[in-house]
Amino acid sequence: MAFEGFVSMSQSTSEKIPVTVLTGYLGAGKTTLLNRILSENHGKKYAVIVNEFGEIGIDNDLIIGADEEVFEMNNGCVCCTVRGDLVRILDGLMRRKGKFDAIIVETTGLADPAPVAQTFFVDEDVQKNARLDAVVTVADAKWLSDRLKDAPEAKNQIAFADVIVLNKTDLVSKGELTEVEARIRGINPYARLHRTERCKVALADVLDRGAFDLERILDIEPDFLEAGDDHDHDHDHHHHHDHDHHHHGHGLKHYHDEDMQSLSLKTDKPLDPNKFMPWLQNLVQLEGQKILRSKGILAFENDDDRYVFQGVHMMLEGDHQRKWKEGEPRQSRLVFIGRELPEQEIRDGFERCIVS
Amino acid sequence: MSGFEQGGQTASIASVTEKVRSARLGGPVTSVHFLGDRAAFVGAEENVFFADGEGEVTTVATHGGGILCAVADGSRLVTGGDDGRLVALDAKGQVSELAKDARGRWIDNVALHGDGALAWSVGKVAYVRSGKGEDKFFEVPSTVGGLAFAPKGMRLAIAHYGGVTLWFPNMAANAEFLEWAGSHLGVAFSPDNKFLVTAMHEPALHGWRLADHKHMRMTGYPGRVKSMSWSAGGKALATSGAESVIMWPFASKDGPMGKQPAMLAPLQARATVVACHPKQDVLAVGYEDGTVLMVRMEDGAEILVRRNGTPPVAALAWNAKGTLLAFADETGEGGLLTL
Repeated sequence: MAFEGFVSMSQSTSEKIPVTVLTGYLGAGKTTLLNRILSENHGKKYAVIVNEFGEIGIDNDLIIGADEEVFEMNNGCVCCTVRGDLVRILDGLMRRKGKFDAIIVETTGLADPAPVAQTFFVDEDVQKNARLDAVVTVADAKWLSDRLKDAPEAKNQIAFADVIVLNKTDLVSKGELTEVEARIRGINPYARLHRTERCKVALADVLDRGAFDLERILDIEPDFLEAGDDHDHDHDHHHHHDHDHHHHGHGLKHYHDEDMQSLSLKTDKPLDPNKFMPWLQNLVQLEGQKILRSKGILAFENDDDRYVFQGVHMMLEGDHQRKWKEGEPRQSRLVFIGRELPEQEIRDGFERCIVS
Repeated sequence: MSGFEQGGQTASIASVTEKVRSARLGGPVTSVHFLGDRAAFVGAEENVFFADGEGEVTTVATHGGGILCAVADGSRLVTGGDDGRLVALDAKGQVSELAKDARGRWIDNVALHGDGALAWSVGKVAYVRSGKGEDKFFEVPSTVGGLAFAPKGMRLAIAHYGGVTLWFPNMAANAEFLEWAGSHLGVAFSPDNKFLVTAMHEPALHGWRLADHKHMRMTGYPGRVKSMSWSAGGKALATSGAESVIMWPFASKDGPMGKQPAMLAPLQARATVVACHPKQDVLAVGYEDGTVLMVRMEDGAEILVRRNGTPPVAALAWNAKGTLLAFADETGEGGLLTL
C-alpha cells in the first residue's frame, strides 16, 4: 500500500549511481575534501560536478562545470525548487555509464542544499539512474560560530547535513571547539560529526552513507547519543562536562539556536494512519518552507510493518520498510529540522494521531 | 487548457516481426537518423553505427565522450558531445568537425535549417552558423533546453527556463520572448509555422499560437514528454510520455485549444519514442517494454514490428520516402524494416 502524495525513489538502489552532495561555506575546505576523496587509493572513479567558476585545482578526469540553476517547480510552491542544471548534467552523464562509479556534486559556498536534494524527489530520470547518498557539509571550526550569526546559508548547510566535517580544528582551542560543536548540535543533533584537520577524514565516513535510503533510516537518534560508533576516530563528545543551566544529560553544552531547531517526537502507542498521513502531509504543505528535513519510523495500528518516511521541505517519500521484529518495541519516532518550527502545534497535532 | 485521461485496452494485432532485419549495434544508442537510405544510429558515447543490408554494422568514431544531441537533414548528421565538439557525418561515413568549444564545455543542443544553416548551444549561449558559414551567437538567461529553426525565414526558437526566446539572427530587432513558467526542454515549430510547442520538465507540453501568442496547455501525461513528431502535413503532433501515443490536433486555426487529443495504441507500457510517417497518416511508436508498433492514425489499427520483453526503445526513424523504418533499444539491439 502506498500513500498518496508520497514518492517512492528507493527501489533497487543498488544499481543506481550514488551522488554525494558536498556543501560548506566559503573557505571551509570543500575543495580540500574533494581532492582528498579523489586522490585516495580507492580504485573508484568519480564524476565531479563543480560550480563553473570554482573548478580550479581539482585533479580528476571527469569534471563537469555547472551553473547552479535553481528552478521553481510549476506548482506554485516557492520551496519546491530543483537544480535544473543537475537534471541536464545527470542525463548527459548517464550516457557514460560504466565510466564512473559515483558522482560528487560540489555546491558553491552560498548554495542551499535543498534544491539538489529535491531534484532527486522530483525528477523521474534522475531517480531512475541515481540516488542521493548524503549531504556532507564542511564547516570551518574557527569561523563557523560567526557565520552562524551572519550567514543564513551557513546555517542552512549545517541544518541540512547528514555528515558534518568540522575542519581546521587545529586552529582553535579546545574550548572554542566545544563551543562550535555545541552550536552545531543546537541546530542539527542528528548529523554525523567528524573533527578534522585539512579535511582528513576516512572516506567511509563521508561516502556511501545511505542517508537518503529509506531502508537505512535507522539513525534517527541524535549522533552524540550513540555509544558504539562503528568507526574509530575522535568522537570524544562525552568528555565535555561544562553543563549549563539546560539539563541535557549528555555532557554536551547545549545551545539553543534562535531560529533553527530540531524537534523529535516519540510514542510507544500505535498511530492511526488515517489521521497521521493527512496530518503529516498537511503539516509539510503548510510549514514546508520552514521544515528543512524530516524523517520518521512509524508503527501504525493493525500493521505489522514498519513504515518509514523522509522529507525535504514539502516533498515526502515513504514506504513500508519491513516487518516489526519479534520483541522489537513498536515505537514511532519522528524528527524535524527547521526554522522557527511551530513546536507546540506539531506536538499537539502528533498527539492527536495516536490511537487512544 | 486541454487534458486527457488514460484508458487502456489491447486489440488483436497483425505482425511484420519476421520481416525485420536485426542489427546488433556496437553499444547503447540514443537515436537513429537516415542519411539517404542508410540508417545511422547515434551511440550514447563516442560512435555512430551505420546498419546496412542484412544487419551489417559499420562503426564510425565521432566523439571522445558522450554524445549529447543529434539532428539530421537527410544528407548529414550533426552531433554535439561532452567533448565540446560539434561534428558532421555524411552517408559515406565522412566525419568533419564543425565547431569546438574553446573550454571543452558540453554541446547540449543542435538544430538544422532547411537552407543549410546550423544552430547549437553551449550552456546559456545559442550559436547560429548561416549557410555561408557566418557565425552569430545569442545568450539567454538560463541554460538552453532545446533549439528549433522555424520552417520559414531565419528564426531560431531557444527554449529555456521561463519560456522560449525567438531570435532572428539576421535582424537587428530584439528577440521575442514567449513566457511560460517552468523549465522548457524541447521545442518544435509546427510545419505550417503557426504554432510553437515545448516539452517541459514537468510532464506537460506548452504551446503558443505565434500570431497572437495565445497559450496552449497540454497536460495529463504520467511522464515527461521526450519525443514529439509532426504527422505528414502537420495536422497532428504525436507524443511519447503516456501509455499510448497522445496525438494533439493542430489542423484548425486554434490548434489543440479546448480539444481532446487522440490516444492511439494503448499498451501496459509507456511510449518512449514516436515517429510519424513522412507521407502517410501512419506512425511508428516504441515503448519502454521494447515493443515497436506501426499505427494507422485514422482508426488506430496496429501492426507489430518488434515484440516486448526487451529494454526500452530509444531510437526510431523513417527514411524520407517512408519506405524504411529503423529502430533500436537502449542497449543497441537494432532493427530495420523495409516496407
